[in-house]
Amino acid sequence: MRFALPLAVLIALLALFAVGLQRDPRRVPSPLIGKPAPAFDLPTIALPGPPGAAPPPARMTQADLRGAPVLVNFFASWCAGCQDEHPFLMELARSGEVRLVGIDYKDAESDLRRWLGRHGDPYAVVLSDLSGNTGIDWGVYGVPETFVLDAQGRIVFKQIGPLTPEAWQRIRPLLQGSAS
Amino acid sequence: MSAELGHFALILALGVALLQGCVPLIGWRRRDARLLAFGASAAHAQFLCVLVAYACLTYAFVTKDFSLAYVAENDHTRLPLFYRVTAVWGAHEGSLLLWVLILSGWTVAVSVFNRRLPLEMGALVLAVLGAISVGFYLFILLTSNPFDRLYPVPAEGHDLNPILQDPGLALHPPVLYMGYVGFSVAFAFAIAALIGGRLDGAWARWTRPWTVTAWMFLTLGITFGSWWAYKELGWGGWWFWDPVENASFMPWLAGTALIHSLAVTEKRGLLKSWTVLLAILAFSLSLLGTFLVRSGVLVSVHAFASDPTRGLFVLGLIGVVVGGALALYAWRAPRLRAEGELNLLSREGLLLFNNVFLVCAAGAVLLGTLYPLVLDALGLGKISVGPPYFDSVFVPLIVPLILLVGLAATVPWKRARLGETLRRLRMPAVAALAVGLTLPLAIQGRATLVAVAGTLLGVWAAGTAVQDLWRRVRSKADWRAGLTSVPRAAWGMNLAHIGLGVWAIGVACVTSFGAEKDVRLAPGAHAELGGYTFVFQGEREAAGPNYTAQQGSVLVEREGTAVARLYPQKRLYASQGTVITEAAIHPGPFGDLYVSLGEGYDDGSWSLRLYDKPMVRWIWLGGVLMFLGGGLAASDRRYRLARALERRSAQAAEAAAA
Repeated sequence: MRFALPLAVLIALLALFAVGLQRDPRRVPSPLIGKPAPAFDLPTIALPGPPGAAPPPARMTQADLRGAPVLVNFFASWCAGCQDEHPFLMELARSGEVRLVGIDYKDAESDLRRWLGRHGDPYAVVLSDLSGNTGIDWGVYGVPETFVLDAQGRIVFKQIGPLTPEAWQRIRPLLQGSAS
Repeated sequence: MSAELGHFALILALGVALLQGCVPLIGWRRRDARLLAFGASAAHAQFLCVLVAYACLTYAFVTKDFSLAYVAENDHTRLPLFYRVTAVWGAHEGSLLLWVLILSGWTVAVSVFNRRLPLEMGALVLAVLGAISVGFYLFILLTSNPFDRLYPVPAEGHDLNPILQDPGLALHPPVLYMGYVGFSVAFAFAIAALIGGRLDGAWARWTRPWTVTAWMFLTLGITFGSWWAYKELGWGGWWFWDPVENASFMPWLAGTALIHSLAVTEKRGLLKSWTVLLAILAFSLSLLGTFLVRSGVLVSVHAFASDPTRGLFVLGLIGVVVGGALALYAWRAPRLRAEGELNLLSREGLLLFNNVFLVCAAGAVLLGTLYPLVLDALGLGKISVGPPYFDSVFVPLIVPLILLVGLAATVPWKRARLGETLRRLRMPAVAALAVGLTLPLAIQGRATLVAVAGTLLGVWAAGTAVQDLWRRVRSKADWRAGLTSVPRAAWGMNLAHIGLGVWAIGVACVTSFGAEKDVRLAPGAHAELGGYTFVFQGEREAAGPNYTAQQGSVLVEREGTAVARLYPQKRLYASQGTVITEAAIHPGPFGDLYVSLGEGYDDGSWSLRLYDKPMVRWIWLGGVLMFLGGGLAASDRRYRLARALERRSAQAAEAAAA
């Protein structure tokens, strides 16, 4: 019996690894879930919006995000994952289900304009975090990352990596819950 | 064209390996000598195939053939030739090709050196090695083919990771793989013994030189890795308890236990099933290391591109290879019988304790490495396990182990008398106490508990080893006759134990007296550390073959006299836009001075990291001494004599049968 013990240990380890493979150790849950969004005060970037829309204020703070659920999307023109998620963001913007706020992370404004010009602009408003300090406050460790805020400005969900339709399926009920 | 040739050679190697794994087994069932002998020919053919494949990939790197995806990913037109050759194993696909090349090389070595082994035994060993090769060829061909083409062909390659553009990279992976892969031979011998049912002193004698050879390369590989990380990563540390470091350290611990338990099995016919289990364990931990590195289940500084399919494949490979071996073990090991009884106060008894400590250490490292994975898999949260855990579990295990080294080398086999043993140990004990208390004071002018304890242990291990050699030499009337009478195995063992002592002294001193400081210095400003004055003299541009650098100049003075001039660099590799720091080190036998360059500021000042690293070289010197000791032990004359003897008796038996 004791000679079979090593085999039993191996089987347990293999089961463990099989489960471990399904998970990404780099995905660390955000401690900000359930907390109010960290404070920021960032300049907006003036972009050609839809005709007739009021131009955004010159600067915005976390207080301006309250009132309705909103997706805060940290992105950059230099980021490959952002290009992956971009078509879905466009689709989401067209559906009008939720307001999208983009925070352009460590990016030159001219690059951003060229990038949005080429791929389309899904954002209601784009803020510029040139120094990356807001990203640090929000615990961003790689773009793209998307935070879901409820109407009270609390973070209810964080998506690390591209926003996928699957992730949206998980986010949508959260928004409905917070709206009611 | 050469890429297709290489790809084809690799497929051919897979076919040959399949035959090598099956035909000798059939021969063993049918007792057919011709089929048994096939294993050696297959091993040679397989080596030729994989050598061709490896040469083709190297050729593609040297000629910058960016039509190969792997070459485009890791080569660059401005990469110096030396690094174009070493870049072959700079990433996943090529390093696996190196792995199978080395595995095949070991197989050929077994087939050449073990011609004198009983035919059945040798054939079974080659069959097991062939079966392992099959697994790795499939892994390469199905998930990680370095010969995949890329279309459209890029005009320029993505370049080798700049951090790997260092002579240390040329040495570290191949030597480490020699060790990892070498344990496959001990594994194959263990499986052959379980299948064939023959496990005796002779089996242990055949297995020992292979195991020691693998162990010495693993030791050297880890030593190179530690040295490379120290000089290249710019943190001034020599060991980080990173998962991938642990992955190489666990097989080392198991392998160290194995070479000691093999000694017991050879000399006394004891611990048989334990030795077999260790042989399986050492190689299994090597495979586990591969899995941890390649699959990305753990976060590590060794950022190989990770891929879940690859992880799943290696997991399957472990399941088949290790699972099969352990099932065989569960079935056959109960039949292995000890040939005597074990007395705890004897060399074999103390070696058993040595094994307990080494295996516990390996288990503790395994637990710490896998713990984050366990918690995550059970959904209990994300954590990381760092040096505080490893230091606090490892130190209590290594301290008694080093004490045992001195004891076990002094105590005779079978049964020892306590009084006699204690009398012999008096000298090393006095030396350890004296040097332990004075050496830290002599080199640093102060003593700490860690420094004294570490030096004491180190001198104890080295002192008992020297005493053993001294007694052996003195046993002859003439010292020249005495020197030549000492077998290489004894020189090797004692040299390795001296290496352990040197390592312990280095570790204790560098952890105790090492100092570091982060400073921001304007040109002309200075900072003090460890009795040295570091004067920052400004910064200028420098350029290398494929990088530009900002190079700081730091003058180090001690009491007004210049000790060293250091030029730390911050290099920009334009091909990838990567910036790496290149630390400047002033090495010395009793300590290093180490400066690495941080950020530059607008006012011309720079942030610098300054380190004083007393005795840090002793850590690697210890590793090199262990390597040399292993080399001496593996080449002991009695292995060759025994082989000749066995061949003669086999010939006599054949003649009698005919």
